[in-house]
Amino acid sequence: MSTARAAAILLGKELRLEFRTRELLNATVVFAIVVVVLFSFAFNPTPDESRHYGPGLLWIAFLFSGSLMLHPSFAREQSNDTLDALRMAPVSAFAILLGKMLANFIFLALAEVVLVPVFAVLYNVSLAGIVGRLVLVLALGSIGIIVTGTVFSAISAHARMRELLLPLLMLPILAPLLIAAVEATSALFARQPYLDQTWVAFLAGFDVVFLTASWLLCDFLMEE
Amino acid sequence: MAGPSSVSLPQSASAVATAPVAGLGISFEKIDKRFGSLIALRGVSLNIAAGEFVALLGHNGAGKTTLLRIAALLMSPTAGRVRFNGLGSAESPKSATGMVGHSTLLYDELTAEENLSLFAKLYGVREIPDRVAQALADCGLASRAGSIVRNFSRGMRQRLAIARALLHGPRLLLLDEPAAGLDRQGAAWFAETLARLRSSGTTILMSTHARNESLDLATRAISLSAGRIEHDSGPDGDPRPVLAALRAEA
Amino acid sequence: MKYRIAGSAFAAALIIFAGYLALYVAPVDIRQGQIYRIFYFHISAWVSTFIAFGIVFLSNIAYLATRGQRWDSLGASAAEVGVACCSIGLITGPLWGKPVWGIWWTWDARLTTTFIMWLLYISYLMLRGLMEDPRRRASLSAVFGIFAFLDVPLVYMSNRLFPTQHPGPVFFGGPDSGVDPRMVHVLLVCMLAILLVMIPVLVDRYRIEVMQGEVEELRQEIELRSLDSQSRPAKEVL
Repeated sequence: MSTARAAAILLGKELRLEFRTRELLNATVVFAIVVVVLFSFAFNPTPDESRHYGPGLLWIAFLFSGSLMLHPSFAREQSNDTLDALRMAPVSAFAILLGKMLANFIFLALAEVVLVPVFAVLYNVSLAGIVGRLVLVLALGSIGIIVTGTVFSAISAHARMRELLLPLLMLPILAPLLIAAVEATSALFARQPYLDQTWVAFLAGFDVVFLTASWLLCDFLMEE
Repeated sequence: MAGPSSVSLPQSASAVATAPVAGLGISFEKIDKRFGSLIALRGVSLNIAAGEFVALLGHNGAGKTTLLRIAALLMSPTAGRVRFNGLGSAESPKSATGMVGHSTLLYDELTAEENLSLFAKLYGVREIPDRVAQALADCGLASRAGSIVRNFSRGMRQRLAIARALLHGPRLLLLDEPAAGLDRQGAAWFAETLARLRSSGTTILMSTHARNESLDLATRAISLSAGRIEHDSGPDGDPRPVLAALRAEA
Repeated sequence: MKYRIAGSAFAAALIIFAGYLALYVAPVDIRQGQIYRIFYFHISAWVSTFIAFGIVFLSNIAYLATRGQRWDSLGASAAEVGVACCSIGLITGPLWGKPVWGIWWTWDARLTTTFIMWLLYISYLMLRGLMEDPRRRASLSAVFGIFAFLDVPLVYMSNRLFPTQHPGPVFFGGPDSGVDPRMVHVLLVCMLAILLVMIPVLVDRYRIEVMQGEVEELRQEIELRSLDSQSRPAKEVL
């Protein structure tokens, strides 16, 4: 069975599971909205301040709600040892990992689709004319979050204090991604929006490096 | 009594479960397994020919589960290796093996039908809706096909777990305490299924530490103690003395 | 034994000599005056840090390739030493920064990213501390260690791309950088001195890790023997 086909089947399973319970999605979306709204309360930023601090806030909201969502990704395969069932099947370890990464990407993307308009409204930031480029930056940044987060979810599933450990592992690794994503988003929110190619290339590079590393090391993640 | 030691493979490894499926042979060569400070298996060497029905006996902690998990390729031994004999050219050990473990290996939030369909797809089974419906009917869960597993009783879950293992027509069946939790109806179905699989030549490796009617079907009995093979009735021997010893202890 | 004493004495002497060089012999910096002298130890600490983290990376790869438990021990030891050297760097930095630029700390790119690196390796050590099974701990922390190390050049790059308050790269930067050759000599002596301290510490830590593993194996042997004989419980044997 090819990796792509197996990953697609597993993606279907992840989506079906999630849409039945909706626990992760709800938590992710609600948490992200709460962060954004609270900040608006607390600081009541002017449009210029919004343009200045908005990108940072947005990405922090994604990062934290992302790590909330990613923790159960592998942890919930421990009930009934379903991960064993997957590992016993004739599918590659990378297919299992990829299926989860694709599912997590979709969940994070859904949260972003909800959050970005809310943000634009609360902070009076206009999204006109930058939507396409914003989607590109969001996608590249989210891929980085998901790739590292899914891998670390697999790692921390075997450790104690998993809920605390996952953000502790993820956030330092994602620091360069955070910088790049915030800078790229700031460029798009500027009075003269432009797509900062250096930072976008950096984001793409980050994604390629860690996706390749995941592919090379996935067997060690899944073994016993 | 014992099947041939090398078997030519029928063209489709995903043939319907009721058609005869020739078994897979498996050899353990000097297997050691350590978990940090715990030594689970020491120097276990064993050759199981296609079609044998091996009862694996021993107290808890003797190493039975570890041996089965190594056979399922869920873990690799610290030393030694596992070999599969009689694989077809396009066949992998995992696609020809089915396992019932300590846990149900089922997704609680999916329905019985969704669980079976998922694994059918992963194992490359053909005509999935028919096969799944057939499997559910066989184990008596057809009426509950659309209920999520979380709502099932223990007996029903175990039946589904067994159905899951058999779905892709495995040539090697690894069973770890398969009768645990089965209700009476399920136990009868299971005994009948095992008898059928045995006569169709599937290799079966069943571990248990308690008395179980299906043990009567065994062609060979092996007992493990503290990670080593204590008694082995051998491929051509009589398993009953070893089984009797188990009964005496229990 | 006597080599250890001689070696330690030599390392100690070299450190003192290096200190003397740094404080008295090296020429005064044009722009920063006398204050800059801490840079000799600051840079040396960083060089040690990078060497240590490089060892962690190579050990992680070696462990995954060979499954030799020794590589896991080396990686863990190097991570601890690296975190220590990194801490020295993070402390000497502000000590240098306050008099020269008037601030203890700023979230400029280089400082931030180095702090992140420090956090990364502390996470590595924490991860190890939270897993008991030695084999799983070794392989999973190796995967994390490789990810952490791959992050480092990304972190450095994001520094170069970002306008920064930190002094520009002195050795490979553009015009207006470069050092007085006498400073280079003193710097090399300081780096050598720090390395001569760091390496024995690393080796000792590694030996302790390995010995712990051996004690564990001996314990298993004893338990096994007592299980086999079945006449005496393991506690009695120990």
